[in-house]
Amino acid sequence: MNDITLGLITGIIFGILLQQGRVLRFEKQVGAMLLQDMTILKFMLSAIIVGTVGINLLVTMGLAPLKIKATHLGANLIGGALFGAGWAVMGYCPGTSVGALGEGRWHAVWAILGMLVGAAIYAEVYPLMKSSILTWGSYGKITLPGILGVSPWIVIPVFIIALLFLFAWFEKLDI
Amino acid sequence: MNMPKSWRPYLTGALVGLLATLSVLVSTQTLGKPKYLGASTTFVRAAGLIEKSISAEHVAENSYYQAKKVKVDWQFMFVIGILLGAFAASLGDRSFKMEGVPPIWKKRFGNKPAIRAAGAFLGGIVAMFGARLAGGCPSGHGLSGLMQLSISGFLAMAGFFGVGILAARLVYRPGKGGKS
Repeated sequence: MNDITLGLITGIIFGILLQQGRVLRFEKQVGAMLLQDMTILKFMLSAIIVGTVGINLLVTMGLAPLKIKATHLGANLIGGALFGAGWAVMGYCPGTSVGALGEGRWHAVWAILGMLVGAAIYAEVYPLMKSSILTWGSYGKITLPGILGVSPWIVIPVFIIALLFLFAWFEKLDI
Repeated sequence: MNMPKSWRPYLTGALVGLLATLSVLVSTQTLGKPKYLGASTTFVRAAGLIEKSISAEHVAENSYYQAKKVKVDWQFMFVIGILLGAFAASLGDRSFKMEGVPPIWKKRFGNKPAIRAAGAFLGGIVAMFGARLAGGCPSGHGLSGLMQLSISGFLAMAGFFGVGILAARLVYRPGKGGKS
């Protein structure tokens, strides 16, 4: 199988799950940011619990490698903050914007066009970012178990228990 | 899918975790490199492809496009797949609905598609600039980053949600003094 076919199949399944999870909706995305409806967090964190165990099992068994994005303290936080501001107004993230369009929410077209323009602008100013913000606090490809100096299998149970407590809290508040 | 409403996000989310794991396994075994879920780089490649039709030279000279490689790849098809999968699933359970202005937006800014278009477009520019600077979006940094317990994922997610919560409060709840 080539990467084109594999990508398409993986995307179709992801699209079905996003749609069935009801996380493609503007109301769910903004609802989470307004702390009124935690559907997207329940969805994301459930995926993270299963995926953390699954992927780390693959790595431990030598079946696949990790692919860590390098930590750039300044860029991760400033970029993350800009994303958060735009996300609140747009009401979609890049992956959910195309899914929302798929389920008929055609105003997502404007979000997609805006994101294409945003990507093009970033491509133009990239050299400037590379010599400034991207140099602030660069630590390379670091992970939580790595900086703690322990096995991921020490961190994973603690991480999962913390997320389960968060779920219990969401359910208690009925959000 | 028939399931109690409150289970929906947990169950579908858990299946995404399984999908992410299988994707890494199958891609490593068949393509020789792992494919972790992500979406925002595709917007760079799509922007590059569009610009290329206007000025191929400009795209060829741009160092960011050089680094990200302007082409249709695994992730590009993955993003197209999201659209197709969502379309099929929404037809399947009849939740497909044409919508030009979402309800929360309507309540705050009125039923004006042009205002919604402007907000979504401008929000999109800022969000994608931020995602590229941060090095990923809620899929790449959020899902894939946290599944690998990557520090960059934790930092980016703190930025996404931290500022998202503040911004949503300002945008959708004017005059309430930040109190819910």
